[in-house]
Amino acid sequence: MSSELGFLQGWGVELERLERAPAPAPEEWQALQGVWGHLRPEERRGRRDLLLPALRALQAARGWISYPAAAAVCRELALPLAEVYGVATFYALLATEPRPPRVVHLCDDVVCMLHGAASLQELLQERLGSSLPDPVHAPHGQATGGPGTDGAAVPAVGWSRSPCLGQCDRPGAALVGEEVLVALTPQELDIRLQAWLRGDHGPPAVPTPTHLGWKGDGTPLLLARCGRIPPTSLREYCALGGYQGLRRALEIGPQATVAEVERSGLVGRGGAAFPTGRKWALTAREAPPRYVVCNADESEPGTFKDRVLLEQDPFAVLEGMTIAAYAVGAARGFVYVRGEYPEAYRVLAAAVEAAQDAGYLGNRILETDFSFHVEVRRGAGAYVCGEETALFNSLEGFRGEPRNRPPFPTQAGLFGRPTAINNVETLACVPPILARGGTWYAGLGTDRSKGTKLVCVSGHVRRPGVYEVTFGTPLRVIVEELAGGVPDGRGIQAVLCGGAAGTFLPPDQLNTPLAVETLQEAGAALGSGALVVFDDRTDLWAVVERVARFFRDESCGQCVPCRVGTQRQLELVAELRRRGRVDGELRALLEELAQVMRDASICGLGQLAPSAVLSGLRLLEGR
Amino acid sequence: MSDVPTLRLEVDGEPVRVPEGSTLLEAVRAAGKDVPTLCYHPVLEPIGACRICVVEVEGSRVLVPACIRRAEAGMRVWTDTPRVRLSRRMVTELLQSSTDASLAPELQRYAAEYGARPQRWEPFRQGDASPRPAPKLDNELYVRDLDRCILCYRCVRACGAEVQNTFAIAVAGRGLGARIDPGFDLSLPESACVFCGNCVAVCPTEALVPRTQFEMRRAGTWDESRQRVVTTVCPYCGVGCKLELHVQDNRIVRVTAPLDDPITRGFLCVKGRFGWTYVHAGSRD
Repeated sequence: MSSELGFLQGWGVELERLERAPAPAPEEWQALQGVWGHLRPEERRGRRDLLLPALRALQAARGWISYPAAAAVCRELALPLAEVYGVATFYALLATEPRPPRVVHLCDDVVCMLHGAASLQELLQERLGSSLPDPVHAPHGQATGGPGTDGAAVPAVGWSRSPCLGQCDRPGAALVGEEVLVALTPQELDIRLQAWLRGDHGPPAVPTPTHLGWKGDGTPLLLARCGRIPPTSLREYCALGGYQGLRRALEIGPQATVAEVERSGLVGRGGAAFPTGRKWALTAREAPPRYVVCNADESEPGTFKDRVLLEQDPFAVLEGMTIAAYAVGAARGFVYVRGEYPEAYRVLAAAVEAAQDAGYLGNRILETDFSFHVEVRRGAGAYVCGEETALFNSLEGFRGEPRNRPPFPTQAGLFGRPTAINNVETLACVPPILARGGTWYAGLGTDRSKGTKLVCVSGHVRRPGVYEVTFGTPLRVIVEELAGGVPDGRGIQAVLCGGAAGTFLPPDQLNTPLAVETLQEAGAALGSGALVVFDDRTDLWAVVERVARFFRDESCGQCVPCRVGTQRQLELVAELRRRGRVDGELRALLEELAQVMRDASICGLGQLAPSAVLSGLRLLEGR
Repeated sequence: MSDVPTLRLEVDGEPVRVPEGSTLLEAVRAAGKDVPTLCYHPVLEPIGACRICVVEVEGSRVLVPACIRRAEAGMRVWTDTPRVRLSRRMVTELLQSSTDASLAPELQRYAAEYGARPQRWEPFRQGDASPRPAPKLDNELYVRDLDRCILCYRCVRACGAEVQNTFAIAVAGRGLGARIDPGFDLSLPESACVFCGNCVAVCPTEALVPRTQFEMRRAGTWDESRQRVVTTVCPYCGVGCKLELHVQDNRIVRVTAPLDDPITRGFLCVKGRFGWTYVHAGSRD
């Protein structure tokens, strides 16, 4: 047996131990075969990038990852147990101790908490008892799971709290296995719980489509096909202008394609607003092999536009990615889809297959010399993996900890190679830019913000949904006209712009036009394009504290300012809330901490963790 | 001098010339100044995790970790601005407020130097995500007292590909729940650990500490002021690693290796580091 594992030689003690581990259960072994059954044993070794898919498969097969199963992963991939455990315990959707096969991950984040998450929680508490221990913050010395715990009895159903599930237009959301339940009421949840406890599947989830709308020049551009065609029908996609952009790119060549995108003025829609054409040009000038990655780890609370695009117009994203690959000279690409988006994954995976079959992906695309292969990978519950370098680490099978930069992804990204990583919405903007020209696109919007933007409106509005507007549209038009304004004749207390990493705006700033530069002037940021509206009855203290808790829960723990700072920030906010007023001395302490988190954290998570909290306190203070 | 091309930058307004590829830490030191470090270790690759070495680089929106950032021609670096001092003070405060730093001399020194007041966080503490862990005494050679751990990753790096290639430990969990773990919270004898103690050698806080030292501290008999260091050669194999015997009251109490030794770079095997108790065995008297 040892000779077979030559790759491991040099750490004989580990090898001996792994070989002594009990064999995994048949369903665990089968789950692993599903991940790498097509690879010969020697091909698996060193394929560390298969680690997260393997852990996900084990989690799905049994509800948790046992010691024998983890040891089998180590043997097959030639990885040390400590590192496999370190990766498994990084993700909130993976567990390394016995867990019920069915777990209700109930969203209790800012939008769902406005819409009765507490009563759903009470019901779960009553029916199932306390929530399951948080697998990523297991107390010291209490982590279990190791050898010997395999036979432990577990109940049929358990529950845990979840950060935002990206269903804010239909609040009352829960992730259960490969299904997302939305707009849940306690009554409906109870019916399902009774069925699950009996061992039944329960009634099928009722599809409640996301409300879409648009306003302004050029719209609908990104939403033009959403809801109008079956999402995985390539024929209908092409009938509505699909793949015209790729055809044009293949005609004009890679350099002209980059130039077209540069001319369009398109900037990244993930939050950082970096010029897309420039990113591609920087990637293209580095040595091959190069990669293209689509960041579909949409996890910013209040944000669900990428989910809508992936679920309703997946070919647009794939076409944009294919154009990006052609432009930068990449032969392989990855889409990293958030673990909490099972439907988006299913639709996208089907779309990849359809595109391959039709010659839009794979070898010699549209009978040219250009080949491009896409793999769809899934996260497992970690907001920080939306940070691009953390995403690379996660894809590579490491803990999703962000990297120090420089080097930048365009220089050393995925697998250490030059990588163009773009957000879902950014890539969906690309096909029309190629098809209709960068100059046309640059004619839309404001001087410095070009084109159209998807905005996710949720909270206290009549019609929460995804709205496409031309840059420059005032926030008030989006909130009041498109989303129907606040119901029940209430006033607006605040709008959280840009999600948890964004800023609370008072109602008098709603005349601000939606654009990178105008929001910046207003002391906010466009961010992911989320607008969460709070009416005048909302307990804003509770919302601010929830945002602080979000960052404490999602910090990866690598750097001190964020790991400890997010906890101290949460404690200060909780104390201020208890006092019911923004005390000057505590406020000063919080500002000091905020400055250090902004200045010294490794990545955007820690740097932006104080943003919404401080702006929320400013509103509370102003009363 | 070598043929490596050099570049010129400014540190606190003074020009300095360093070889290309140097870090800002190296440039700062070349300029005759210094910045504090915690997760940095001279024989390990830098990771920029603790953030105490941050400096201000003109044109950069955020502060820059000196240990890992490469020097660039024309950079203007400031090592001691109020902004920098605030971050360094806060890093020490946050670490002191979340760990037992009483045996972490560098951390204590920086905390004093930058005026840390960790007690100002005390009144609001709600209990961190993890309760304070008790020392793990699962073997005779070294103790894991993780309440002292500042997560500098030095031990993980020393155990892994940079030194030992054993990979017995890694960081597990996330955020405040992050911790050093051999996997499934196994004891060290159950783990892949080969007890070389190289993790102990690089630990800056006594979160990893030889058992003898731990027991002597507990008994109140550990006294570095009464210790002398005797340099010798390891008696076990033909490599001939240089050893430093720490001797108190004529008894060996700890063995280390000098960092500047080209053979060991401070690292030893289980025999050299822990295999000295026979010297004091009763049967030899």
